[in-house]
Amino acid sequence: MRPIEYASPRTKEQAVRLLASTWGETEVLAGGTDLLSLLKDDVVTPRRLINIKEIDELRGIAFDPRKGLRLGALVTIEELLDDPRVRQHYPALAEAAEGIRSPQIRNMGTVAGDLCQRPRCWYFRAGFGLLARDAQGRSLVLHGDNRYHAILGNDGPAYFVSPSSLAPPLVAYQARVRLFGPGGAREMPVQAFFRIPQSEDEREHDLRPNEIVTEILVPPPQGEASATCEVRQREALDWPLATASVALKMDGDRVTAARVVMGHVAPTPWLSSEAAQALVGKTITDDVAQAAGEAAVRRAKSLGRNGYKIQLARVAVKRAILRAVQGGAR
Amino acid sequence: MTEPLHPSPAEYTWPERGHRRLIGKRISRVDGPAKVSGKATYTYDVHRPGMLYGKILRSPYAHARIKSIDTSAAEKMPGVKAVHVIQGPGTEIFWAGDEIVAVAAVDEPTAEDAIRSIRVEYEILPHLVIDTDPQRAGDLAKPTAEEVVGDPDAAFQQAEVIVEGEYGLPVITHCCLESHGLVAEWEDEENLLVHISTQAVSSIPNQMARPLGIPAGNIRVKMDHIGGGFGSKFSPDRWGIVAARLSKMAGGRPVKIMLERDAELMVAGARPSAYGRVKVGAKKDGTLLAWESTSWGTGGMGGGGRPPLPYIFEIPNQRKQHTAIMNHIGSARAWRAPNHPQACLLTMAALEDLAAELGMDPLDFFLKNIALTGRRAEIYRQELQIAADLIGWKKHWHPRGDRSRGPIKRGLGLAIHTWGGRGHASNCDLTIHPDGSVEIKLASQDLGTGTRTGITIVAAETLGLPMDRIKVMIGDSRYPPSGPSGGSTTIGGVSSATRRAALDALDQLFAKVAPALNARPEDLEAVQGRIGVKGDPSRSMSWEQACARLGGMPLTVRGRNPGPGHLTGSGVGGVQMADVSVDVETGVVKINKMVAVQDCGLIIDMKTAESQCYGAMIMGIGYALYEEKIMDQLTGRMLNPNMEFYKLAGLGDVGELIVHMMTGPGYDERGVIGLGEPPVISPGAAISNAVANAIGVRVPYLPLTPDRVLEALHKKGGHHATH
Ligand SMILES: Cc1cc2nc3c(=O)[nH]c(=O)nc-3n(C[C@H](O)[C@H](O)[C@H](O)COP(=O)(O)OP(=O)(O)OC[C@H]3O[C@@H](n4cnc5c(N)ncnc54)[C@H](O)[C@@H]3O)c2cc1C
Repeated sequence: MRPIEYASPRTKEQAVRLLASTWGETEVLAGGTDLLSLLKDDVVTPRRLINIKEIDELRGIAFDPRKGLRLGALVTIEELLDDPRVRQHYPALAEAAEGIRSPQIRNMGTVAGDLCQRPRCWYFRAGFGLLARDAQGRSLVLHGDNRYHAILGNDGPAYFVSPSSLAPPLVAYQARVRLFGPGGAREMPVQAFFRIPQSEDEREHDLRPNEIVTEILVPPPQGEASATCEVRQREALDWPLATASVALKMDGDRVTAARVVMGHVAPTPWLSSEAAQALVGKTITDDVAQAAGEAAVRRAKSLGRNGYKIQLARVAVKRAILRAVQGGAR
Repeated sequence: MTEPLHPSPAEYTWPERGHRRLIGKRISRVDGPAKVSGKATYTYDVHRPGMLYGKILRSPYAHARIKSIDTSAAEKMPGVKAVHVIQGPGTEIFWAGDEIVAVAAVDEPTAEDAIRSIRVEYEILPHLVIDTDPQRAGDLAKPTAEEVVGDPDAAFQQAEVIVEGEYGLPVITHCCLESHGLVAEWEDEENLLVHISTQAVSSIPNQMARPLGIPAGNIRVKMDHIGGGFGSKFSPDRWGIVAARLSKMAGGRPVKIMLERDAELMVAGARPSAYGRVKVGAKKDGTLLAWESTSWGTGGMGGGGRPPLPYIFEIPNQRKQHTAIMNHIGSARAWRAPNHPQACLLTMAALEDLAAELGMDPLDFFLKNIALTGRRAEIYRQELQIAADLIGWKKHWHPRGDRSRGPIKRGLGLAIHTWGGRGHASNCDLTIHPDGSVEIKLASQDLGTGTRTGITIVAAETLGLPMDRIKVMIGDSRYPPSGPSGGSTTIGGVSSATRRAALDALDQLFAKVAPALNARPEDLEAVQGRIGVKGDPSRSMSWEQACARLGGMPLTVRGRNPGPGHLTGSGVGGVQMADVSVDVETGVVKINKMVAVQDCGLIIDMKTAESQCYGAMIMGIGYALYEEKIMDQLTGRMLNPNMEFYKLAGLGDVGELIVHMMTGPGYDERGVIGLGEPPVISPGAAISNAVANAIGVRVPYLPLTPDRVLEALHKKGGHHATH
């Protein structure tokens, strides 16, 4: 049997000491809803697992109207969904959590795990690597079946879509993620945590091999109108084909600032400044929302089979905007 | 064993309407509690002492020749008990996932490690794994000769309205929730015991005997419960033979091989695809005149099936041609009503398109042409009317294209189907013990359809006993042979064998007790746990008192279903209607409601019959909206061999389901007819028609995924007409 060491540290300091400084040697285990599949399919083959579920300080939801929301890395998606303060002050986040349709996954899966989960690209999961190339170095995604792949940020070399449904609303709310490593803590906007890997030895997160996510910090609510809209084929557990989360600062009827973030359409959560520009200074109407949807996908391009996702992203953005101002009308 | 008294099959009949205490009632399945409490044992649950785990190394290439195999590292690995090369160097491999080497080890991880350590070199050969039209398939396309009925050219000349369209549905997999597999163990040098997930308990021994070189009688096959087969589990499969070989190599220790989910989806069953270019013509009043189709499909090296076109409607003038295309995917297997869902979609969609062109309500159009359905025309006519009432057809139907505001468009669609379902050959032994207990043994299997329940109902009804007095033992090849559960043949076969055995047993029992009741045997009846003189309640005795007269020996009677007779029939008709909503901005289709109206002759258990229809509609919604074996022409592999991207319908996706079973005069007297397959035929067509009705344009291919729906809308030009 291929041996795997299993460590269950009690503190984050112990955890990072157990982590190797190069990728592939060790993996962090939280709820395991993704990592166990990766292990079974031989996509990752670490020699040691570091279970972080015994580290108490990574737990808990705290909310203070002046300080904002603090989500410990180990907060489960179900805990997030069930928290009335989250639903009241950060509805786009609660709505995104609702879209993860399996109670089992919500009960085990953690919020940091949702951000750190690996792409579902079928070539990656079949062992062809994150950049999905064949022996000749050809991109399997470009030449193969890319119906679920990226329509934005798809100039290469990565074409997968970021699988996290929680990241877009977190980016919309300007949340930050806090990491801990051998050199201590560091912090960055959630948006900066995601990046497009340029080579097979890079990952899709700005996370070093010996760092862990410890918490997610969401700024205090600023009276934004916010919402998430998903396009998903099934009601049953299913990956969204496109999502959009929006947070709009309003002055009366007028939008003064906007953050429009799409999910499942690009290798990272996709913050669209074009869509924001289309909204600022406007009063939201169907046409304005539609125009923002158009703007959001202006730079989108089909890889061959995924052109329909451009339409889905456009609609997701439009509907999220309308829902934010109409309070879930659509 | 004694010979039955009844000389000819014609004398066996079902009780008359009004005399049926259990038959046709809504009765819960007898094994329901065992299933919901987790007590029911599936093959997956079988754990034998000293059991080893078998794993299989599979080809990563769709078409290749094996150059060399090195298993030395696996053989040396501690815990590995047997290594068996299934296909050696020089062998040509025809699909990714094909079996190359098997190992048996003390646990699954060790077996997996052993598999990983095996080195195979391949010479890679060109492959075709996707559905492509015959022109591009080269030598792999096997066209059949054109068939002509009547004078299609003249008929198309006469036709006032002609439509032409393209329709199709892809390869899907059976996706059994309990994967294929077995536990094989040698009880001694010569005798093999096999626990296997199968649709054919009686015929597995024979299929294993030859490759293993032992008599079929030395092989005992057992199965209590199965987690789905759908036509894919009739054979022991190569891995079944391999498990027996591994067990032999390991000194007879039990070896368990259950396919992993990816293997299940890659190699353990594919429903052939079908595509067709169809032209149909009619008079202005809707009278159908002519049909022309060029169809093709894939399904592995066998080339797939051939849908019977046109389906059901015997259009007087036809020209048709079909091409089977061989391709490098796991072989096709019978999938619930083989060829019918394909034929149904290609036909019903073309007819609905024609109705739309004629400006006719398709319900009226189908009724107008109902005579073309032949001898079941009256059944279809009745069913269409009932279904229309249940779905509110006349109220909700609108001409093509929902013109209401907003992005959600609603539509109705319909389809009709048929199937045979004649009871298979089946034997059973019914034993009445002197203490009054009754047991029935037969080597049948309960596919989840309620076979045990059906047998119990028939025996209890015939013997005048409560159901809990009957013990039914199935799923063991040592019991009297009973046919494989395919083609919807089981309920006919087992209910007829049971009815015959029970009637014959009663005859013998009556002969024993008649003197004591001072009556002739033919004047006796068995009702409410008593045997007595018909019409004279004062002359009777309890069932137990009667059975005590058997003396020391139990009475065993063999019941046989020899084929046609008064007890079974064949040929059913069914109608389904679907009510859907389509979001024209996203292409997402939702089922609001589906109605199934189904005939299956005399119904043994109304509840399990309805359950078949519910299950079939859910499965049908799955292939209409979600299912597709997605093959990658680049790597030759299946891209979605998992339950994440091989999508099945969940409860939230199926909408409201309504089932109406046809019963009473005109139905009951046809005898018992199978039902497992027919209701799964229409959903694809009915849902496709409903979507066309909702959005005003045909989405040519299933599954009706957002990309396909949006593309059809785009071609129509009404691209996101609503904001
Ligand atoms: C069928 C299916 C459908 C799904 N649908 C959706 C969906 O629609 N939207 C969606 O967003 N998600 C979806 N999920 C994914 C699910 O939300 C994630 O699997 C889950 O959130 C991961 O959390 P976990 O705690 O189980 O992570 P694990 O499986 O334990 O870990 C996942 C990855 O993150 C790393 N990791 C976890 N925690 C940390 C940490 N604190 N610091 C550093 N690295 C860490 C692990 O090393 C691993 O690489 C779906 C999953 C499945 C199986």
